[in-house]
Amino acid sequence: MTDMPLSQPAAAPERRTGSLLAQDARTRRRNAAESRFRGYGVAAIAISMLALVVLLATILSGGAGAFRQTYLNIPVTLDAAVLDPKGNRDPAEMAKVLTLSYGRVLDAAVEATVARHGIQIEGLTEKDIDSLISKEASAQVRNRVLADPDLVGQTVEFDVLVGGRIDGFFKGRVTMDSAARDSNTSPQQLQLAQELADRGEMVTRFNWNFLTNADASDQRPEAAGVGVAILGSFYMMLVVLVLAVPIGVSASIYLEEFAPKNRLTDIIEVNISNLAAVPSIVFGILGLAAFINFVGLPQSAPIVGGLVLTLMTLPTIIISTRAALKAVPPSIRDAALGVGASKMQSVFHHVLPLAMPGILTGTIIGLAQALGETAPLLLIGMVAFVRNFPDGLPGGLMDPASALPVQVYNWTQRSDPAFIERASGAIIVLLIFLLCMNLLAIWLRRKFERRW
Amino acid sequence: MPLSWAVFASFLLAAAGYVIGRSRAFATAGPDVRKLHSRPTYHGYSVALTALLPPLAVLAVASILRMAGVLSDSAGPVAGLVALAAAVAGLAWGVMRVGQQFQARNAVERMVLGLLMLCSLIAIVTTAGIVLSLVFETGRFFQLYDWKTFFFGTEWTPRFQGNSQLGIVPLLWGTLYISFIALLVSVPIGLFAAIYMSEYATRRVRSIAKPAIEVLAGIPTIVYGLFALITVGPLLRDYFAQPLGLGNSGSSVLTAGLVMGVMLIPFVSSLSDDIINAVPQSLRDGALGLGSTPSETVRQVVLPAALPGIVGAVLLAASRAIGETMIVVLGAGASAQMSLNPLEAMTTITVKIVSQLTGDSDFNSPETLVAFALGLTLFVITLGLNVVALYIVRKYREQYE
Repeated sequence: MTDMPLSQPAAAPERRTGSLLAQDARTRRRNAAESRFRGYGVAAIAISMLALVVLLATILSGGAGAFRQTYLNIPVTLDAAVLDPKGNRDPAEMAKVLTLSYGRVLDAAVEATVARHGIQIEGLTEKDIDSLISKEASAQVRNRVLADPDLVGQTVEFDVLVGGRIDGFFKGRVTMDSAARDSNTSPQQLQLAQELADRGEMVTRFNWNFLTNADASDQRPEAAGVGVAILGSFYMMLVVLVLAVPIGVSASIYLEEFAPKNRLTDIIEVNISNLAAVPSIVFGILGLAAFINFVGLPQSAPIVGGLVLTLMTLPTIIISTRAALKAVPPSIRDAALGVGASKMQSVFHHVLPLAMPGILTGTIIGLAQALGETAPLLLIGMVAFVRNFPDGLPGGLMDPASALPVQVYNWTQRSDPAFIERASGAIIVLLIFLLCMNLLAIWLRRKFERRW
Repeated sequence: MPLSWAVFASFLLAAAGYVIGRSRAFATAGPDVRKLHSRPTYHGYSVALTALLPPLAVLAVASILRMAGVLSDSAGPVAGLVALAAAVAGLAWGVMRVGQQFQARNAVERMVLGLLMLCSLIAIVTTAGIVLSLVFETGRFFQLYDWKTFFFGTEWTPRFQGNSQLGIVPLLWGTLYISFIALLVSVPIGLFAAIYMSEYATRRVRSIAKPAIEVLAGIPTIVYGLFALITVGPLLRDYFAQPLGLGNSGSSVLTAGLVMGVMLIPFVSSLSDDIINAVPQSLRDGALGLGSTPSETVRQVVLPAALPGIVGAVLLAASRAIGETMIVVLGAGASAQMSLNPLEAMTTITVKIVSQLTGDSDFNSPETLVAFALGLTLFVITLGLNVVALYIVRKYREQYE
């Protein structure tokens, strides 16, 4: 052993001399490749985060307008000669008066208001003044009067909806330039709206009606709301909860704890993992062929939607429940069996309670998936235009209803751009529901999570 | 609804049965409860189940018969009455069985096991339902329409007057083109995100980035669809398609493909993350010990070892992309054409299923029935991809276990 080399190496091939801290070309290249590779990774994560931020930002900024709505505050003289020609204040008689007559009363009221403020705008036509308020406003006033016939003959203050274009003007969607090209409005009308707003008659405030109203027709986006859709989605979630959770949990208990290893259970297992990957629209076709054409359940009914979503959610619930059951250590089962419990008792008294947080988390995530699902619902007729709220339970399950994601799709198919704002607003409502469900799942997991 | 009342009454009877059975058990036991074979609650459960199961069975059989057309709709109240009678009979029989020697626990456990088995069979019934409904209606479609024209026809022009051209090729082309672009976006981004998170990221970065990417997975597809419709589509049209003269439609293959790619990022990244983490640490340690940099370890050791799993993940992502509906309905357009220009509107199988089956449809015309044939094709393609992908992933997992 010596530190000295035995013989001088004859012409060593490119021996590296010098400090290790000074990098040669090859090391530099390798290090550059290393940082490039890292850069790709950072870029990939940055791109996905950016996509998330842009996606949420566009939806939130686009939909925020749906939660604000412009109203015109006007005193309306409810002319008894027009609204109650018989004069006996009988609601049945008054119901015969059409919204058209109320429209004339309202037109007069708007014109009176404009005249009272002495607003003079060049080129302002009577049509501009009359179409300032929504076509829905006359129905609004009519309902109020029919509910309280004594109002007839008095002058009552009403907060009436203004037209979609005017509403869009205050939200920045409609400008003077676009109004000049639009046959439904005119720059003069917008100027009038501005004058009225300056005088405090026209106000934009929080729009509760968006959450409680039903859908409205193509001509009156300002009156459209997601009330029916929320109720329909709620009914469907109820059906999914009542059917998918017990069935899914029982199926996973059987497969995980009791099933013998044979062909049949093998087939069931492969089946479930494949069902989880079947495109959702295929479940829609199944719902159409089986529940509507074969069984004869009504179209657009929450019960059909709920059944379809149940079939779709089952695999998700089964897979997560089985994972939760698997996570319970076998020592728990052995201990229970050891003190004389039957197999069934060990599962229901010990394993299941311990797996509960995992099962609940999986169930909530499955429900959240079902809540956001659109495609299968399109096929079973949920796209239909529904103006009436479904009845209470259980009869309401058979009534036509809409669902939140389908309502979004429905509004994207309308021509008026105001509906895009409504669609984004509906998505905000949907995302808030999903956020709550996911937060609940995270909270459950944090609170009850056990490490074995 | 008399049937829902029958169900409600059965549940009431079952609840009553529980109370009766339990108190009967106490009564027959006398002062010493230990004389009973089973604990009194089991006697209660046994009576409740014997009261509940027969009426539910009766109602199930009745509704199946009604669907099959054997019973008319007016038989509803009769079925309800029969169910109630069954409930009362079951209750009486259950109460009679209560006694010191009656093995109530075993009886209850047998019934519960039966119920559990029944529930797990529903998965099979669902699959059978899907296959049957698709195959049956597809069969009717092929009676009305030549199958060769369907599978090889290059023209898709449904007409309500009849004499439609229903060739699947342009739809398949659109589907595959859009899926290809989506994979082109999602596979590199998802894979690099997964590599970075499992090999480089500190715990802090990981704890922020992973949930953020998972949020993308939790967003409903209709949201992505709207995003494609109002943001990505107009953007691509105004800044790429029109200046380059490649088209002027907001909905295009590229719009749908890009947005779908974003949707698939979390899917690819979480699957790849699992797979990369399954590569044994000893392989990495060996490569690092020989002097390779971390990126060389990933490229030359970890990725080749994880390749089969990643291929499986890509196949699963492809099957997702092919079956995706809302993004293409809102982002890809509806014109069935075959072109290479990614800025042109094209259409997919799922879009055409939606358009043929929404609205008033006549279930005897080939224009409506073709949707079932499209659905069956979609089902077969995605099922095939899944079976292959799951097989590869499982095989790969076994390799390192």
